[in-house]
Amino acid sequence: MKNRMTKVSLIAALLLFGQSSYSQTAEVVTASELQQRITNGSEDIQIVNFWATWCGPCIKELPFLERITTEGRPNVKVLLVSLDLDLDPDRDKVYKFIARKNIQSEVLLLDEPDPNSWINKIEPEWSGALPATVIINQKTGKRKFIGHALREGELERYLDEIQ
Amino acid sequence: MLSIVLGLTLVSWSNTAYDVGDTVSDFRLKNFDGKMVSLSDYNGSKGVILIFDCNTCPYSKAYNDRIIALHRTFAPKGFPVVTINSNDGEQSPGDSFEQMVARARRKNYNFPYLLDQTQAVARAFGATNTPHVFLLERKGKNFVIAYIGTIDNNSRNGSQADKKYVEEAVKALLEGKQVTIQKTKAVGCGIKWKDA
Repeated sequence: MKNRMTKVSLIAALLLFGQSSYSQTAEVVTASELQQRITNGSEDIQIVNFWATWCGPCIKELPFLERITTEGRPNVKVLLVSLDLDLDPDRDKVYKFIARKNIQSEVLLLDEPDPNSWINKIEPEWSGALPATVIINQKTGKRKFIGHALREGELERYLDEIQ
Repeated sequence: MLSIVLGLTLVSWSNTAYDVGDTVSDFRLKNFDGKMVSLSDYNGSKGVILIFDCNTCPYSKAYNDRIIALHRTFAPKGFPVVTINSNDGEQSPGDSFEQMVARARRKNYNFPYLLDQTQAVARAFGATNTPHVFLLERKGKNFVIAYIGTIDNNSRNGSQADKKYVEEAVKALLEGKQVTIQKTKAVGCGIKWKDA
């Protein structure tokens, strides 16, 4: 019964938000597909955040990223790249998390073996440790890498710098 | 202004961190059994497989048996494992000294699991992840970094890893050869630094 209720509310949520919201779903991508998404983003400025459902500091900083999305800033897009599949192939865990937290930013599930072969291609400054965030201005080519958990106000400050 | 100073400090940390080929400074830290352990205690070995690790990180859990196996395989050949926990116990209570003792006893550690309370050793090495391996080769009284990175290329399942970086590197050193892959990266948990 509870399951059916969840399904009904899921469908309702999908109908409500339609294509304007990414909540409840996440596209599975390879490393090269992710690279494409990062370099050919729909908005001028992309905030790409690397996270996982098991990562405490990632979940703590999530509201800062979600705020950017829900504020509807022009020319800014937040992409939440889950690395959950690197350790555990269970996609449902991530889908459930997205639904439970009602995540509004677009979530991608990276499914790519052998991290040493792709981490440097995605971001040379990144050690592979979670969380990590990179802000890219596609117009100017400026990049800002943040190798620690975001603090209150930090994203806004870097966005001002990179505009 | 504060952010500029912080930024510069962060840059200088990463710039002064060790790289492959560097000689590392000695350190002295408390082991889970209460005794102090120094790197210089290993002056009789061919080297040390130094691993920044912790209790709570799912990657540390996934690699725990592989770390124990590395010690079992390579300690008799002169490359024992030494693990260090640098996570701030306040931010990550599961990584407190008491929890370290519990983990080491439960898993019958016959190698050190050291507490880096000030995080100075992790800073000096430039450790960022858990687990994060620094393979050290002893040259006279010095320990020189031969490899920095991850254990293998399959976190989910070690038996499916087709690149066993640490194993290959230690074998190369044992045969007096150059380590071919000297640096790797892997997804992992960030070290839980104390609030600045």
